Amino acid sequence: MKEIHVDEIISAIRTLCMEANYNLSSDIMTGFQSALKSESSPLGLEVLERLIENADIAHKEQVPMCQDTGMAVLFVEIGQDLHIAGGNLTDALNEGVRQGYEQGFLRKSVVKDPFDRVNTGDNTPAIIHYDIVPGEALRLIVAPKGFGSENMGGLKMCKPSEGLAGAMDFVVDTVDRAGGNPCPPIIVGVGVGGTMEKSTFLAKKALLREVGIHNQDERLANIEKELLERINRLGIGPQGFGGLTTALAVNLEVYPTHIAGMPVSVNIGCHATRHKEITLQGRESK
Amino acid sequence: MSDVKRIETPLTQEKLKTLKAGDNVLLSGVIYTGRDAAHKKMVEALEQGLELPFAMKDQVIYFVGPTPAKEGQVIGSAGPTTSGRMDAYSPKLIAQGLTGMIGKGLRSPEVIDAMKEHGAVYFGAIGGAGALIAKRIVSAEVIAYPELGPEAVRRLVVKDFPAIVIIDQEGTNLYESGKARYRTV
Ligand code: SF4
Repeated sequence: MKEIHVDEIISAIRTLCMEANYNLSSDIMTGFQSALKSESSPLGLEVLERLIENADIAHKEQVPMCQDTGMAVLFVEIGQDLHIAGGNLTDALNEGVRQGYEQGFLRKSVVKDPFDRVNTGDNTPAIIHYDIVPGEALRLIVAPKGFGSENMGGLKMCKPSEGLAGAMDFVVDTVDRAGGNPCPPIIVGVGVGGTMEKSTFLAKKALLREVGIHNQDERLANIEKELLERINRLGIGPQGFGGLTTALAVNLEVYPTHIAGMPVSVNIGCHATRHKEITLQGRESK
Repeated sequence: MSDVKRIETPLTQEKLKTLKAGDNVLLSGVIYTGRDAAHKKMVEALEQGLELPFAMKDQVIYFVGPTPAKEGQVIGSAGPTTSGRMDAYSPKLIAQGLTGMIGKGLRSPEVIDAMKEHGAVYFGAIGGAGALIAKRIVSAEVIAYPELGPEAVRRLVVKDFPAIVIIDQEGTNLYESGKARYRTV
């Protein structure tokens, strides 16, 4: 059996927290560039140009592109034949977040209790989603999530009779209601099916998919394209100032569900949708 | 690119009259920062008859909670936060003479009514452009509520701070007019 020491995990998470916040991913940058060609609103164009400039400054100076450096959402895929050595995995992941936010000059935005609202001071705990997969490797994805966009998502337990049309209307309405709050141009994560929590999880996970890559299922890819077109006809535009670029992408994921239901979840990612990942290979244990 | 209006603070009623929804503005001079927690404290201070951290007349508040500054930086990344969370407090500060707010996102009818009644504008800064905006901040100094950390009230001196007039003192709202212009559904 192969193993990975927790120290290696801590250090990987620390680096990913910083990198995700400093470096806009290239797919979103490409999305901005192509929006510059299709946008016709003068203010919209100005916003897009400033967002590109902002990303350049953040990258060059290695500072956060946005001051809301988010709650750290982690997706962890553990190979079932891997052993984690030297300590508790959850503790190690949180320690990585703690060090990354402290050493990376990232804002600490987590409160310990939703009612008392006292800041934990180190941006922990992270939100951790574990998955067990075949193999001996450990895949770590860090996706810091700002709440300007997180607050604008939604869930509807649709009736099966509402069908695809009802699900699509809910997605478009949710984006319309969000207006300029989630810092458009946005990425729209949509999860349909499963149970209540499965659909919200799928919507969040959909935000990890690169802008411009459609669902591999052609039927779902077509739904994504139609939703994107409808959303961009809403007129919200960059920052909500009016324009043709409200969303850069709609990413849809589906899952089998119950005969009596059709949960539909929308998770909105802002233009600073951040995610960085690494896969650590296990070593032979001594 | 659209035409740019240069505005110096303090933001007097005189200057307000020249600002219309959709205007592209570069602000220079002193502005103050505050988010939810600081707003709550300021409004509580008002209710108890205590002094505010700064006199509101003709001043501008920027809704922001920056990241910690790195060595050599005046301030960390400093983009706007969602303004709606300040809606409960803003009318009380506008009544005290506040003439400008900078944030992002929708405002409540109560805020817009207070803006029309007393004369104030709402600017949008570019949400998420924290690194770029930090470059336009010349100095930053905590003047109240240091215990709030990133949420403390700071006095900023800004130079060419980029902002768009979202709602002017007549209540014209770019979020509505801009959307209507490009909406095809
Ligand atoms: S919604 Fe995104 S870009 Fe906007 S302030 Fe929040 S984290 Fe930053």
